[in-house]
Amino acid sequence: MNGADAIIKCLEKEGVEIVFGYPGVAICPFYNSILDSDIRTVLIRTEQNAAHAASGFTRVSGKPGVCAVTSGPGATNVITGIATAFADSIPLICITGQVNSELIGSDVFQEADITGAVESFVKYSYLVKDVNDIPRVFKEAFHIANTGRKGPVLIDVPIDIQNAQIAKFHYPEEISMRTYKPTVKGNMVQIKKVIKELEKAKRPIICAGGGVLLSDAEGELREFSEKYKIPVVSTMMGIGAMPTRHPMYYGMVGNNGKPCANRAMNESDLLIMVGARVADRAVSQPDLITNNKVLVHMDVDPAEIGKNVGPHIPLVGDVKHIFEDLMNQEIVCGRTSCNYEEWIHTLDGYKEKMAVIRKPNKDYVDPARFITMLSDKMEEDGIYVADVGQNQIWSCGYHIVKKGRFLTSGGMGTMGYSIPAAMGAKLAQPQKQVVAVCGDGSFQMSMMELATMRQHDVPVKIIVLKNNYLGMVREFQHYTYKDNYSVVDLSGSPDLEKLTSAYGMDFLRLETMEKADETIDAFLKEDKSVLLECIIDPMDLVR
Amino acid sequence: MKRIYSVLVENRSGVLCKVAGLFSRRCFNIDSLAVGETDDPAVSCMTIVSSGDERTIEQIEKQLNKKLDVIKVKTFDENKSISRELMLIKVKYNRNNRRDIMENCDIMKAQIVDMSKNMMIIQICDVPERIQLFIKMLQTISIVEVARTGTLALPKCIDF
Repeated sequence: MNGADAIIKCLEKEGVEIVFGYPGVAICPFYNSILDSDIRTVLIRTEQNAAHAASGFTRVSGKPGVCAVTSGPGATNVITGIATAFADSIPLICITGQVNSELIGSDVFQEADITGAVESFVKYSYLVKDVNDIPRVFKEAFHIANTGRKGPVLIDVPIDIQNAQIAKFHYPEEISMRTYKPTVKGNMVQIKKVIKELEKAKRPIICAGGGVLLSDAEGELREFSEKYKIPVVSTMMGIGAMPTRHPMYYGMVGNNGKPCANRAMNESDLLIMVGARVADRAVSQPDLITNNKVLVHMDVDPAEIGKNVGPHIPLVGDVKHIFEDLMNQEIVCGRTSCNYEEWIHTLDGYKEKMAVIRKPNKDYVDPARFITMLSDKMEEDGIYVADVGQNQIWSCGYHIVKKGRFLTSGGMGTMGYSIPAAMGAKLAQPQKQVVAVCGDGSFQMSMMELATMRQHDVPVKIIVLKNNYLGMVREFQHYTYKDNYSVVDLSGSPDLEKLTSAYGMDFLRLETMEKADETIDAFLKEDKSVLLECIIDPMDLVR
Repeated sequence: MKRIYSVLVENRSGVLCKVAGLFSRRCFNIDSLAVGETDDPAVSCMTIVSSGDERTIEQIEKQLNKKLDVIKVKTFDENKSISRELMLIKVKYNRNNRRDIMENCDIMKAQIVDMSKNMMIIQICDVPERIQLFIKMLQTISIVEVARTGTLALPKCIDF
């Protein structure tokens, strides 16, 4: 058994079913050994998308997605995908080939110091120097990626190590790492303090972040919110933690969020941030937020607490466990009573009064109404993947999550994320409907993956909101530079009808809302790849 | 605000780079950094002196703790620790200033450890401020080169 066989064996032990990647000489032993395994391989068309596809796979399956690429340019191409996963705390295992270990440092063909290059975008990285370390390294890597604050782990394996004979393969059962012991249980003293605050509060609110989904705590959050009638808002990464139409949910906060959600957060007297890092897009002035309210911050990563805002009650631990412990505590209604009816009544008023009224141009498709119609027609547990740009903000504002998932690149805002991530999601749960929604800019950043979809039979549905502009930047230039547009014109884009036909894919076009109903029906009808082009007003704004 | 971090790390290649990279990536200052093996050869101790506001000081500790090669972070104020720095300084001397230099060395408890016809190397081990003072004292004569270890520090023993 050589090192490459050992790697495959490790992946099998971890229950890996699929590897996204792109071969090259330095990773060839790995791709040779994988032929003897049941692990499926998917040839992606550029390495960045291998990481995005693995990310989509992870987010839907809950198991770390795996990608494997070659040394040098293969490895450097994958960095954006790794950084995207890191910003959203998505666990990934990224295996990179490396040149012969004796040649490392001599700048030979396709050599790149990848462990050095990704240092600030990975949770941890390994450069394997001894073939006998492979089982331990992989066991640790999967553990590190998928526990605590989750994140990508990179394993760099020189070609001679992949080819070297391993003395004895033994996959460790246990892990002993003296430097890594993430906190899971919340501190009971702090949990009791939260209960005390809830007893005192008149206007409590929960702000759910991506951490709720990462710790699989949507059920616990909903139960907690329903039991005590506590309203919930979310960050962009927290969309889907509560069903959009749940009566206790008031929408996404932030500069692109719902006005009623922001007002609810500002007027609360007790804010419980759950698995959210209070970054600039969600809370524009974190230092002011604690002025008129008590802030509870729950997060699995102690470094997040107090980084952007100093909470009154820090609570470190896995949010699923914390919610369970919170549910076991009885809230004793004291002098003031913990009845939040009046607060909920106020918020319901805001929800109605502060609804955004758009004035859509009738000559085009209205993206807002279109997205709501689409999500109403989608299967209940369908997966919606939004790209980055205006399409993302409309998706956040108007997509209705029922029992499915909403995926997007929130932290890094990486254009081109939706198509590869949707492929990964579809491969994780083939029985589910998966729709990727992108703009014409983001579509062109990953349209090479139409070939991957065809080759590996991944029936993802794609919507392109076409306006011939880099819409989000154009909108920024509209407000900030008084319509002085610079490098945002996307003329020269391909004819999508011809393009899809070249890839043997179905095509639909929608030019106004008139035929929206039947076009969406046709788009969603069969479980096969379709691209629906929606012509939207180039001058439309998200705000 | 000055702060001393005593960081126990796995004694492996690349760890220094990861820790130093953390400081530059998050715009934390490093005033000085000294690394050496501990009594356990698998463990190194990094003594880092940094400065910043309260939030930064706290973040440095938390971010260091997040690094998977970091075993333990201890942090303390200067006045709650014993700190020392070692400096070797090479100076040119002549007949006229030789006595002066030797007197200065006496005052500062520095030793002359090497000597030639016109140059000498002086060794001093003291707190960082006194090292700085010693450099100032020698600035009137010509300094050839200087090597300093950076601050080493341990928290003070607890009172009886």
